Amino acid sequence: MLWTPGPIVLELPVDFEAPSSPAGDEPEQPRGFAAALRVFAANRLAVAGLVVIAAFLLFCFVGPFLYRTNQVATDIARANLPPGPGHLLGTDSVGYDVLGRLMAGGRITLVVAILVAVLAVTVGLIWGATAAYVGGVVDDVMMRVVDAWLAIPSLFLLIFLDALLRPSVLILIAVISALAWMAPARLVRAEVLSLKTLPYVEAARGAGATGAGVLWRHLLPNVVGTIVVNATFQVADAVLTVAALSFLGLGIPPPAANWGSMLSNGVDYVFAGYWWQIWPAGVAIVLVVVAFNFVGDGLRDAVDVRLRRR
Amino acid sequence: MIRYILRRCGHALVVLLGVSIIVFTLLHLLPGGPARASLGLRANPASIAAFNARYGLNQSLPVQYVIWVGQLLHGNLGYSYKLNQSVTSLLAEDIPRTLALAGSATFLAVAVAIPLGMLQAVRRNSAVDYALTGLAFLFYSMPSFFLGIILIILLSDTVPLLPSTGPTATAPLWSQLPNLVLPVLTLTLITLALFSRYMRSSVLDNLAQDYVRTARAKGLRPRRVLFGHVFPNSVLPIITLVGLSLPGILAGALIVESLFNYPGMGLLFWNAAQSEDFPVMLGTSLVVGVGVVLGSLIADILYGVADPRIRY
Repeated sequence: MLWTPGPIVLELPVDFEAPSSPAGDEPEQPRGFAAALRVFAANRLAVAGLVVIAAFLLFCFVGPFLYRTNQVATDIARANLPPGPGHLLGTDSVGYDVLGRLMAGGRITLVVAILVAVLAVTVGLIWGATAAYVGGVVDDVMMRVVDAWLAIPSLFLLIFLDALLRPSVLILIAVISALAWMAPARLVRAEVLSLKTLPYVEAARGAGATGAGVLWRHLLPNVVGTIVVNATFQVADAVLTVAALSFLGLGIPPPAANWGSMLSNGVDYVFAGYWWQIWPAGVAIVLVVVAFNFVGDGLRDAVDVRLRRR
Repeated sequence: MIRYILRRCGHALVVLLGVSIIVFTLLHLLPGGPARASLGLRANPASIAAFNARYGLNQSLPVQYVIWVGQLLHGNLGYSYKLNQSVTSLLAEDIPRTLALAGSATFLAVAVAIPLGMLQAVRRNSAVDYALTGLAFLFYSMPSFFLGIILIILLSDTVPLLPSTGPTATAPLWSQLPNLVLPVLTLTLITLALFSRYMRSSVLDNLAQDYVRTARAKGLRPRRVLFGHVFPNSVLPIITLVGLSLPGILAGALIVESLFNYPGMGLLFWNAAQSEDFPVMLGTSLVVGVGVVLGSLIADILYGVADPRIRY
């Protein structure tokens, strides 16, 4: 989340291989969704990302049924145990099983991140589409609001709101989304602005479609691709945000497990050599974020193809 | 050119207005409003009434806003009753140290990212390119505090080369350079990934341009094509990118400062969050927001001056 200004162009090496299959082999190019799916499936990194995400979902949601641990009561007698039988990844400084805590922490992180992405993208979609479609002064005012929100780094505002509200998980989701909708709003606005000028919109108007109808039936369906891509990146960003807040001692309140707070506790034991209190949570964050970024990149290329061939 | 600068300044002013309205709104979101924020939760009604009368807080909101902005313009950012010091003087101590951290990290990141990105673009799809792409992805996806922890483990614990804490506030920064290395390195690596990716695609874009083909066709040596033509054209947008990255760099500085106990604006802000010292948090947010707006204004104007193609 630290890089607020829009998605980053991280070009994947794989997309250079995609066009190499001779197009003349097939009598008819697949169109629309099928073409997008094909490009996505050809992107090995994106598919790998999808596999990693699926594995984490299984690990966090099904794992606790197979590997039962007590994540409620602390057990000082069994604190800081190294990995071994009984505690596959050892225990932390208050006696929680680290592997079990990883599952519980992942569950809350993923749920929060995905809900944040959905909420932020929805608000951004409505804001950006309205600004672009209405245009004029309304557009100017709405976009200056976005500029002002972007000027104060969201981490500062997040920490402020967090210290002020000491939020529950639901409020935390609302607060993080409230500081993440600006990038999708800008993207949607740009997209709607360019779509608005296309002949098919004029044709729809000529056929008698009214403003809201054009926006809803003809413009928004074409923005879905952009939105889905951005939502994927938003999940990655939100995972980092939740981790950063928890690392700073804010965010999800303490009794609940969380990857960021696991890391933050582990820092106290860097020089004691308790590696199992640092690496599992850190690696889990990196894997999930990389996976969502890979999938986002794959989706962007896929959507791009869909738009090109239209 | 003048018209472009004026228009850009007008835009910055409007955004500054927006930033001030956001901070003003947050100030009034506080339970009990600005009075309780300053006087603490146990303030009695009489002192709150006196405070409100003194600072004009019993007036209508627009009037209060105007009074508040007037105070800001006189350099009054509020008062921290927790630290018993004005926010302005607290920030005046800490901002230079944050600027030193963020400035040197940004400078290093740009200085390394430019050659790295060019190398990747020229050797596109080679083993070097893939390796650096993978690293960029890794650094970009890594929480900054985790990167900092790894650096502490590697350079302070495994190989006891560097101190694991930042400099102290009691001595000048230049006298404790070893304590600066890890914080600056952490912030540099986070920023580097973004800049080098950008430089790579910028050089790739330029390599595909017609003017490069012309230069090659007239027999110019590849080295001169790259450094004489492609380099200046692809390096200019980095100015804009630095401007756009300011919020990210400052947020990164906040985390780096709290991890290494580096006595800057970010640590001040974080400590304020722990002790619910709201005047300090709002004052810092405002200053950071203004800094970001001015920074991107300067970046845009510099870009307009540096690139003769930009004419609005």
